[in-house]
Amino acid sequence: MKTPFFAAMLAIFRKDTLAESRSRELIGAMGLFALLDVLIFSFALELNREARIESVSGVLWVTIVFASILGLNRSMAMERDQGNLDVLLLAPLPRSAIFAGKLLGNFLFTALVGLAVAFVITILFNVPLFNGWMLIALLLGTAGFTIIGTLLAAMTAQTRARETLLPIVMLPVAVPLLLAAVRGTTYILNGAAQDEWLPWLSILTVLNIIFLVLGVVLFEFVVEE
Amino acid sequence: MSAVTQAPLPVSSTSSQSRPALLVILTVITAILTVVGLLMLLFYAGLDVTQGDVQRIFYIHVSAFAGASVALGVSVVAGIMYLWKRNPKWDRLALSGIEVGFALALTNLITGMVWARPIWNTWWTWDPRLTSAAIMILTYAAYFMLRAGIENPETRRRLSSVYGILAYTTVIVTFVIIRIRPDTIHPAVIGPSPQNAEGGFELSSSMLATMSFNMIVWSVFIPWVLIWWRLRIENLSERVNALRAVVAEK
Repeated sequence: MKTPFFAAMLAIFRKDTLAESRSRELIGAMGLFALLDVLIFSFALELNREARIESVSGVLWVTIVFASILGLNRSMAMERDQGNLDVLLLAPLPRSAIFAGKLLGNFLFTALVGLAVAFVITILFNVPLFNGWMLIALLLGTAGFTIIGTLLAAMTAQTRARETLLPIVMLPVAVPLLLAAVRGTTYILNGAAQDEWLPWLSILTVLNIIFLVLGVVLFEFVVEE
Repeated sequence: MSAVTQAPLPVSSTSSQSRPALLVILTVITAILTVVGLLMLLFYAGLDVTQGDVQRIFYIHVSAFAGASVALGVSVVAGIMYLWKRNPKWDRLALSGIEVGFALALTNLITGMVWARPIWNTWWTWDPRLTSAAIMILTYAAYFMLRAGIENPETRRRLSSVYGILAYTTVIVTFVIIRIRPDTIHPAVIGPSPQNAEGGFELSSSMLATMSFNMIVWSVFIPWVLIWWRLRIENLSERVNALRAVVAEK
């Protein structure tokens, strides 16, 4: 008797959000890291008024990707340290539900941090990041990173190097996402015509679907044993 | 010494010890075809009016990428087969495909840089196509790091199969990127070039023949022969490991 997919997925998601609401470990670490990241970029790039518009979406996305790597590593390490992953694998539930549950949690935390980063950038650099399409781009990009990241973090957690290996295997695969996200948001911020940036959002959507399908199919092979 | 000779061999010895005749014949044919392809591009293909002799490197540059995508494609199929059948031979094939594809992708990158120096006046530029090709090579470099980082052979085979499948998305992106990014300066040899492309050219009939010939040599013969040799090394080293285990037991 297997637990249905959605029940299992929601249970894992609820567990992650409950643990997070009590410890605030992931969002705390990711948020603080992201804030530092934005500050370092603003010193390093000496962002003036013109440079800001051009480079702000690069700063935004690099910060989100780095912060998400931090969170993904931690989230998978928590499953392993307490032996929870082994128990999940023993439990009679579809493996893809574990992936979906972890993915939902990771996505929620990373998206919250992403929104916070956008807010900080809006205030510090005086570039208005909050409009409808911007938020859609933000959510699409974050979803893509967390889909790849959840799959790859489950993989690198089984290697000798663990935390060091995730950025090395994740960044090259995530580059197409990063490219589409940065291009799309730069055009939106520049106030370009809709047919300039809408293709980038569609590419982002297509990539999300491809990676999601690959993730659901391949996760079963990643966590065997 | 006697322990080794008396021990029952755990791996069947006949196929992996001597060189298969077919492989030797194929290697000779491939070597001849490669030389013919080089002679064709040097002497038979017409001179490009605007670019001069440096355009001739394109025949290798494009063909090497085609070869790389074939070899890496082999690794995807082998990866899927491994996850399905769980026979280690598929993983050895996937590894061989990726190593050969990696070498061919490097060939593609280096010949491209040599061409770009006189035509674009720079060895390297952060063009979308160039960037994605570099990313593709880094992805496969990450594959080797991932492999090296896993001790348990079964886990290593399983996870590298998964990553090998995932990594192929970067090959597809590299292929389609000059068709979706309008700001690239990289010309498309097959199909219409982007409007900003610098250094595109029309193929005359002798050039087209040379291109097709080299394409076939580099995407059919070279990857398959190299993969076969590489696979043989992997099989032999597997055998050495098995024999070592036998010796250690004695």
